Amino acid sequence: MSKAQFMYVTYIAAKPERIWTAITDPEFTRQYWDAENVSDWKAGSRWEHWRTEGQRQLAMVGKVVESAPPTRLVITWAPPADEANPAKHSRVTFDIAAIGDMTRLTVTHDELEPGSSMLHGISEGWPRVLSSLKSFLETGRALRTWAGR
Amino acid sequence: MKRIDRVFKALADPSRRQLLDRLHAQRGLTLGELCEHLEMTRQAVAQHLGVLEEANLVTTVWRGREKLHYLNPVPIHEIYHRWIRKFEHKRLGALRDLKIRLEGDIDE
Repeated sequence: MSKAQFMYVTYIAAKPERIWTAITDPEFTRQYWDAENVSDWKAGSRWEHWRTEGQRQLAMVGKVVESAPPTRLVITWAPPADEANPAKHSRVTFDIAAIGDMTRLTVTHDELEPGSSMLHGISEGWPRVLSSLKSFLETGRALRTWAGR
Repeated sequence: MKRIDRVFKALADPSRRQLLDRLHAQRGLTLGELCEHLEMTRQAVAQHLGVLEEANLVTTVWRGREKLHYLNPVPIHEIYHRWIRKFEHKRLGALRDLKIRLEGDIDE
């Protein structure tokens, strides 16, 4: 754990299966994330993160490291320009756990280069995505995820 | 107590805000590391961390026998959406900028 690490936790009134779908189904992510996460979500597969706000644009790419629906998904995370350079890849882990009638979603982003622009970007980005996801699943309304950016 | 009430209660204490600031500056600190440079007993820090964890403002992970603490900003973001953005964020931003220019830093 030598590289910078962030953890984000939110409790959502929805079943783990729905949260898994909300992260991995592009139809779903588009509605609260303004982005599509595209993959078959099998370990070893490639995944792509397409920004859909404005002009559709490939924003992140990576590999699926671990996939255990609906409780755990581990992916690598890199701008397309750094795809061939593993040293620049960071790692994102989604842990999904039922707690009573709520589900705890923990997003851990680590193996980030200290001082990198990615470090700055995600420290702003994940809280917005998770708040919007929670609102979308609980009320049917997404937040305007990137307003005020 | 409702979840949002726990967040406001946790934020109402200056020592707890100080702990959040430390965890914002440096992630993954142990209780011992958090106690350094703070004029609080270890027991007081542990109690404050308990309140922050209850409010989901701090999350922890075990590494071997060490418990590492991380700031979890998601509830603060929810407050921002519910209580700040709704109330004319742009004009408030302009006022804040003016206050900073006139008074200097307003972190306190």
